[in-house]
Amino acid sequence: MSLTETFFNWSVLVSSFPLLLSGLRVTLLLGVVSILAGLVLGLFVALVRIYGVRPASLAVKIYIDVFRSIPILVLLIVVYYALPFVGLRLTPFMSAATALTLVSGAYTAEIFRAGIEAIPRGQFEASQALGLGYRHMMADVILPQAIRIVIPPLTNNCINVIKDTALASVVAMPDLLKQATQAQALEANPTPLIIAALMYIAILWPLVVLVGRLEKKYRSETAR
Amino acid sequence: MSAIVSIRNLRKNFGNFTALDGINLDIVEGEVVCIIGPSGSGKSTLIRSINLLEPFDESSEILVDDIPVRRGKKLASVRAEVGMVFQSFNLFPHMTVRENIKLAPIRVRKSSEQEADDKAMQLMRSVGIEAQADKYPDQLSGGQQQRVAIARALAMEPKILLFDEPTSSLDPEMVGEVLDVMKRLAHSGVTMIVVTHEMGFARQVADRVVFMDEGKIIEAGRPSDIFDAPKESRTQDFLNAILDH
Repeated sequence: MSLTETFFNWSVLVSSFPLLLSGLRVTLLLGVVSILAGLVLGLFVALVRIYGVRPASLAVKIYIDVFRSIPILVLLIVVYYALPFVGLRLTPFMSAATALTLVSGAYTAEIFRAGIEAIPRGQFEASQALGLGYRHMMADVILPQAIRIVIPPLTNNCINVIKDTALASVVAMPDLLKQATQAQALEANPTPLIIAALMYIAILWPLVVLVGRLEKKYRSETAR
Repeated sequence: MSAIVSIRNLRKNFGNFTALDGINLDIVEGEVVCIIGPSGSGKSTLIRSINLLEPFDESSEILVDDIPVRRGKKLASVRAEVGMVFQSFNLFPHMTVRENIKLAPIRVRKSSEQEADDKAMQLMRSVGIEAQADKYPDQLSGGQQQRVAIARALAMEPKILLFDEPTSSLDPEMVGEVLDVMKRLAHSGVTMIVVTHEMGFARQVADRVVFMDEGKIIEAGRPSDIFDAPKESRTQDFLNAILDH
């Protein structure tokens, strides 16, 4: 068998493509859900970390450190295989989304914290001196400036989350990697794996390029 | 006349260092008070206490328009009545000049977009920056930025304006344009408390000059009394040191 027939087998590609597409859909859905939930969680955690009362701030610091330390694969397996022993049985999708969100939230919180702390004290003081309440100060003055700082690292985090969705295949979630390995076993041919790899690259390459551009852009611009 | 700002026994420590050591000061409506003194004398800490940017000792009391300045629900409304102009301008860099000026009236005073815009335009004209209305702060000179900061503070129609060394970070050729705006404000009857090293401004514009050293008010009086006939030797030494070269 020739190399092309082995790795880019047309008939295998055609027959496995619908399966791969459905896997891609699941991968993207899992990625988007985890990224959005992680953003909300991360922003909340960052605000508690910076402005919360001492015990709350300490609690979220422990959360951040723990979930930055634990390998996602381990967390995922704990959520999926260990939690049922305490009566918490999640679907593969829910397990994967939970694990990815918890980890992404921890990283996102640190990114937001760094962004907010990079805003000069004078911006807070000017807002307070004008009589702006906490919510308007954050929403109108601090966060819009922090967002510009955090966009490149947040995009980077999105890339990591989407990559990590592939781990969900170990809890039998029908994501892109899982469908590819199944198709490969079914057809006894590695073409689906190659196609899946190319699909991951096709999704993530633009994001990688985008991060590079954003970093350059926000480095050259000053505050605006 | 009753005091619009009343400061009683104001104390503040940074660790072992006594920044403010029992300040008593009353300021009446329309008065222009300049605070002078060597660096580290506590003058910035004093005016930053008036809107509680700087927390102070429990035993101290500051009243603004008879409302005590302390943490709590009323703090934001006290702050809305106390405008502040900073040494480093502290404009919002992601907003245009116009947006900088409109933000607080819309958010705090609940002005309509139109009202806030009219007011902003009028203020920008009065401080001579109407041509920069839709520029961002980093496109402006230091002098222009500080005039925007003054307009932003005035947009809230505060009862008092605090100036914390408003010309200290400006290039020398831009000091005049900012002092001119402040002079006009002073003559229009705005109550002003100004921490400054500009002795010419203090002499010309102040109703009262307060000399501080080591967290205390050493001497206060009319500009001519303080500058021409200081009673305290520390005041004399300070004035000699800065006027002698």
